[in-house]
Amino acid sequence: MKTAGTDLAVLLPYRAPTPIAPSGMAAPVLLSGAALTVFAILFCASLALAQVTARPAGESATTVLLRWAPLIFQGFLFNILISFLAMALGTLVGLLIGVAQVSIVAPIRKTAWGLTQFFRNAPWLVLLFYAMFLLPFEFRVFGLTIAFPAWVKAVIGLALPVAANVSEIVRGGIKSIPSGQWESAEALAFTRGQTMRMIILPQAFKRMIPPWMNLYAILTMATTLISIVGIQDGLTITRAALVAESRPELMIPLYLLLLLMFFAYCYPIARATLALERRFNVKA
Amino acid sequence: MSDMIAAFFERLNETHGLNFSVFYDAFDRARFITGLWTTSYICVIAIAASLALGLLGVWIAGGQSRIGRLIVRGYVQFFRNTPPLVQLSFFYFAVAALLPTVSDGFGGRSPLVSGTGWAIIAFSLFAGAFNVEIFRAGIEAVPSTTVEAAESLGYTRLQLYIHVVLPLAFRICLPALNNNLINLVKTTTLAYAIGVPELHYAASQIWSESFNVREMMNVLLVTYVLLVAILVFVMGRWERAMRIPGYTT
Repeated sequence: MKTAGTDLAVLLPYRAPTPIAPSGMAAPVLLSGAALTVFAILFCASLALAQVTARPAGESATTVLLRWAPLIFQGFLFNILISFLAMALGTLVGLLIGVAQVSIVAPIRKTAWGLTQFFRNAPWLVLLFYAMFLLPFEFRVFGLTIAFPAWVKAVIGLALPVAANVSEIVRGGIKSIPSGQWESAEALAFTRGQTMRMIILPQAFKRMIPPWMNLYAILTMATTLISIVGIQDGLTITRAALVAESRPELMIPLYLLLLLMFFAYCYPIARATLALERRFNVKA
Repeated sequence: MSDMIAAFFERLNETHGLNFSVFYDAFDRARFITGLWTTSYICVIAIAASLALGLLGVWIAGGQSRIGRLIVRGYVQFFRNTPPLVQLSFFYFAVAALLPTVSDGFGGRSPLVSGTGWAIIAFSLFAGAFNVEIFRAGIEAVPSTTVEAAESLGYTRLQLYIHVVLPLAFRICLPALNNNLINLVKTTTLAYAIGVPELHYAASQIWSESFNVREMMNVLLVTYVLLVAILVFVMGRWERAMRIPGYTT
């Protein structure tokens, strides 16, 4: 009795030699802390390198790093604060412009569209410069002088592109609501304002959250731009630390430390965004 | 024509104090155009390099090597979740210090990679990380039946990619790619921070000499919006031309 093989011609099923690309990088695998691990290893390696290459007389690289870390962290917290304020202001203005973008009054709609496109397509840095240089440093209202410090101007400068992006997110969210919702609201004699407030926006908000969070992460990373216009943020302090210590071998660890802070803050936001996106994903 | 424009802006300066020096002053105009050229140059090379990086990344990420996948994943997450300005500073100040210098031919020493070079490297890596994700999404969106059909015809992985997956995936991810490339053009202003003579830098030089901050700011803003608008227009045309009939709405 034959146990293996046959004399008959048999067409064996074809097996792909290697798995096809997409499944290999399935999204859930991305969840693993691999990125953070790679990052941490990189950081430790650079620190060790700095330790080795340091001049024998000086302090150890770790000591210097530990001395500056709290200060850099403070600068980083200031970045976060700016990002909160700019996001709040940008969201508020963006919501208004976004709703105006779907207005039935043509001039309002077109103006809102123009504003959105203009501020969305201008580089963040240029808008920041714009706000920094062209806003007055104080306002006089009825003999009352309201100081307008640089960081407030920076918040306004960063809020401009945020508002334009939020406006697009709002427009997209509203447009993504099936038109049947509008029609049934109309059938129930809701006015346009009521439909928007009570029916469309509550549904659209849910879908707007993931891109909104994404935008927040982008804004947080953009807050380092304020160091260019002379506001003391994390990046400025890192540079100051490097100048003060004048130890070139510390450059990589210190910059990596700052990058690590941003990464630790933005990475969870990115993860949460992806998770929410998957949950709200409505596939046709 | 150009004389008329120059005369108009010169008169505007005399009568209203609106000093658009780039339009009548030959020196300022030359600087501005050099800046425009540098910006375009950085954009074009960085776009090409980031596309290549994206393709390479997605190829490795879909491959069999575990280490390769891990590296690509780390690369993507690192560059997506850290500020581009700090990345640029990291490359320009920290990494550049490690590299050897070369003789510049005049007896001095110059760095191996110039500021413009580092800007291109940093922006390519930054945009490339996004491109990996965009291409991955595009490849995942290719219907699995199509891939299986090609597999059953005995295509190798490379052939499958070149003839079946990529042409389809490319069309699917073109809108997302557009967004990323536009973002890249806007990111190039960051090169200002490391003294690359691009558009923003040229403008700031002009306004610090001619004291026409307001006018130059507006010229700069409009120039960038126009640059991006051109890219949006071209890519939009391309997107429509590459459209798969009946595939999307």
